[in-house]
Amino acid sequence: MFLILHPNSVSLLAWTIYLSFAGSLLLALMPRGKPVLSRWLALAVAVAGLAMAVQGFVAGMGQGLVTLVDVPWVPSMGIRFLLAADGISRVLVLLTGLAAVAGVLFSWNIDLRTNEFFAFYFALIGAVYGVFLSFDLFLLFVFYEIAIVPKYFLIAIWGSTRREYGAMKLVIYSFAGSAMVLIGLLAAYTTAGSHSTGLIDLAHAGLPVSFQLWCFPLVFTGFAILAGMWPFHTWAPTGHVAAPTAASMLLAGVVMKLGAYGCLRVGIALFPHGLDPWGFSFIGIGSWRNVFALLAIIGIVYGALVALAQTDFKFVIGYSSVSHMGFVLLGLMTLNQIGVTGAVLQMFSHGVIAGLLFAIVGRIVYDRTHTRQLAELETMHLSRRMPFAAAAFVVAGIASIGMPGFSGFVAELQVLIGAWNVNHWWVAAAGIGLVVGVAYIWRAMQKAFFSDLLPSAHVLEQEHNHAFAAITWPEVTGVVMLAGVSLFVGLYPKILLDAIEPAVKTLIAGGGQ
Amino acid sequence: MNYADLFRVTLPETALELAALLVLVVDLAFLRRAALKVRVTVAALLGVAGCGAAVWALGASDGWGFRFDDALVLAQYGYVGAAQAGILVLTALTLLLLIDSDFTRHVGEFVAVMLMAASGGLLIAGAQDLLVIFVGLELLSLGLYIMTAFAKSSGKSAEAALKYYLFGGMSAAFMLFGFSYLYGMTGSTNLSAIDAALSQLHPGPPPLFYVALVTIAAGLGFKIAVVPFHLWAPDTYEGAPAPAAAFIASVSKVASFALLVGIVSTRFVPVYPAGAGFVTGFVIAAGAAAGSVVIATPAFSLIVVIAVASMVLGNLAALAQTSVRRLLAYSAIAHAGYILLGIAFALANDEGTSRNSNAVLYYVLTYGLTTIGAFGVVSVVERATGSDRLDSFLGLHKRNPLLAAVLLVLFLSLAGIPPLVGFWAKFNLFAAVLGVSAGPVPFALVALAIALSVVSLYYYLQVLKRVYVMPATDETPIKAHPVTLAVHLIIAAAVVVLGCFPALLLRWIENFHRVM
Repeated sequence: MFLILHPNSVSLLAWTIYLSFAGSLLLALMPRGKPVLSRWLALAVAVAGLAMAVQGFVAGMGQGLVTLVDVPWVPSMGIRFLLAADGISRVLVLLTGLAAVAGVLFSWNIDLRTNEFFAFYFALIGAVYGVFLSFDLFLLFVFYEIAIVPKYFLIAIWGSTRREYGAMKLVIYSFAGSAMVLIGLLAAYTTAGSHSTGLIDLAHAGLPVSFQLWCFPLVFTGFAILAGMWPFHTWAPTGHVAAPTAASMLLAGVVMKLGAYGCLRVGIALFPHGLDPWGFSFIGIGSWRNVFALLAIIGIVYGALVALAQTDFKFVIGYSSVSHMGFVLLGLMTLNQIGVTGAVLQMFSHGVIAGLLFAIVGRIVYDRTHTRQLAELETMHLSRRMPFAAAAFVVAGIASIGMPGFSGFVAELQVLIGAWNVNHWWVAAAGIGLVVGVAYIWRAMQKAFFSDLLPSAHVLEQEHNHAFAAITWPEVTGVVMLAGVSLFVGLYPKILLDAIEPAVKTLIAGGGQ
Repeated sequence: MNYADLFRVTLPETALELAALLVLVVDLAFLRRAALKVRVTVAALLGVAGCGAAVWALGASDGWGFRFDDALVLAQYGYVGAAQAGILVLTALTLLLLIDSDFTRHVGEFVAVMLMAASGGLLIAGAQDLLVIFVGLELLSLGLYIMTAFAKSSGKSAEAALKYYLFGGMSAAFMLFGFSYLYGMTGSTNLSAIDAALSQLHPGPPPLFYVALVTIAAGLGFKIAVVPFHLWAPDTYEGAPAPAAAFIASVSKVASFALLVGIVSTRFVPVYPAGAGFVTGFVIAAGAAAGSVVIATPAFSLIVVIAVASMVLGNLAALAQTSVRRLLAYSAIAHAGYILLGIAFALANDEGTSRNSNAVLYYVLTYGLTTIGAFGVVSVVERATGSDRLDSFLGLHKRNPLLAAVLLVLFLSLAGIPPLVGFWAKFNLFAAVLGVSAGPVPFALVALAIALSVVSLYYYLQVLKRVYVMPATDETPIKAHPVTLAVHLIIAAAVVVLGCFPALLLRWIENFHRVM
């Protein structure tokens, strides 16, 4: 009764959630000391999830909101187990599927407590799928909170640099953010006095404008903490750096998107009037929209500048995530068709590109060199000794700086066009971030891979004797898959835009659907 | 006065008392020479059978609305049935955990005392008369003192029992003092009669009423361990034998909160407008200023101040603990604070009362269930490592993966992480509070409670970090008795299932209400 299969194959999407949780349970019960078996099982679960996501995406083309499952969950409070998918959900579910497969591929070398690693991993993945597919306020919140705890264990057990600190910081930030969200949601629920907690029903409940004006920033900030909004971004770099490769790929790839998605699906859709002008303005800021746009722009520029100054390779990528997520938030604050569409596309694009960057830095390079200090990498001649890594980073770097032909370009361009229509200054300020973005990627690339120090014969012999382990097939597959997706979407963005645009249109037009 | 009727009304309590006597007889008469393991098993199973019989008796008595004369009013409200069933189930679980323990040779007496204390709990859960309340409370409390002192070879146990007893005796005296004032003012010991009499008084209740309110609050506050009546809790939780501590933390809590809900439901507490110069004047002022005058009664303010103090102090003090039992004690204080918030708002109106008492009951039942499991795990670890320090939990995931997983589920539930039942308990309670009144005051209180539950995640994770993350210093496996393991798995499964299907327990409690 709980798993109703509609004849419509979009409903396969709901199974991504069940499959991931089942996989998590199965992996937790697996005998220890059989890492190979756990790996293959994990890969099978991830690939099956991706297959469902792709199937759901293809089947959903040209359709609007499709309800997948709708059963009462807590009838006395009007809470339903309501899973549905519109274009935005389908795109993000697709992203999650991709990130899940890539994460498993780049965790192929995890030997410590392998089955537990993947058990926590799929608990996180299942929750992420759940958030993207929930159309009931509290169901969404439940999945959102389920995602918190696995992150802690993934980082604290399998992480590196200051892992316990990074893990705890991340968890406390996430939980504090979700506490703010919960307070706001409870207030909205009681104020609406509605007997349904469906997102669409609540969006139509007509919450009083004065209520929206104070509840919106609470909920939006709560979600935006997870999206890495300045000044609440500090969990992101430390968390990313402490996390094992797969976890930092997921953190940057999908978990930060949970926050941005919550901002859009709950914050903006439920409290559209929260963005209205206050009626007065202070140094040019006259509404929450201005406030959050300003914070987003500061995030873009600040993240880029800080990334430029890092000595640790992974911190460069960690801060670049803060900068790129700023574009998502800025896109949301444009509130126009093109800007919000760009924001959603940027979520997808950054998920893929950041995943790729973290995979190269954390798995391909760090697991072989055992250092992430750019100064030390500079002496290692990696472009010669690891040509694959160098080539992959060049591709990923080009994608990251927004070169036409890759997904990042289309997404950030749309965000900037959307922002231009609102306020020219937003674009001018965010443009600084773009320029610095080129600089920090180039600097990192040059230092890590292409330093021009000529090796002596002695050094060459030493390098010959201590050759790095060969690149393995999971790494090649993962890199090709992620880079390929970014390139494909960059060349043919229509495939995602066709899904995103109608969903964004209904969302910003009616507050709901 | 018809003793046959009395017997029929008190059938569950009688069943427990008979089981207690049976346990004593069997243990002392037939099993004198048997091995300790056999005696514990027999005594515990007999006790569980007694609880089962009492549950059956609960169902057998026709409805839960029997009123015996005016002297003894039992189970007047629907929630009482749910609370009593909860008390019996939790007692049975505690008894099952007792099977694997060796802190005493006098198992027959221990089980008998526990059953009698549980029958005291049943009494107060349904009591509507001052005398019955007092008798039931003392029956419960005396049992708890004895159980706390039962580990005779442990100095900590004796210390804990003495502290508990002194605090308990003092607060019982206070409460009786308050009761005597109430009786003096109204000439009745029946709660609804007191209510009626008080509302006849003009221009309002005399100042003595407020004295009575405060002294009664001291007595009840001691039972549920809220600030500032909480001082016994950390020591008792730390020193008492594990089954006794689990019983205090669960069964006694459920019964006391049921009593509190019962007192609040008769509504003699809230009907009077704010008295000037009361301790909590500033809250009243805040409430009045915010336009929520309805809820700004002295009783309300008193409860809210106690609740806030408990939430804040419990959560902050738990951060600093290195003993897991003390950590659980402070977290219990914090949880009691959350629950009191629900009770405070049950005072607001009739609709609020039934909804909030359901939410309170839901919270305290699930909390009791979780905390029994938590104490069970602590006691297994304690017996293996000799201490309940945080570091005793190092590497538990290697030493006993099942127990580690159980602890993970239970602690995350206590922290309020979905989809575990602890989340729904908090959610329900806070939604009920805001449902009664959505003004700034309840909103700020709920926001504070939610913010503090973020703090609580930190200290629960401190334990889980040692279980799962930090390297083990000793990797020898920890063995647990199969029954103990089974009970833990059942509790953990219940926490997960009730969390995934929150409507199950909610509907069950609501149906009890509808019987009325």
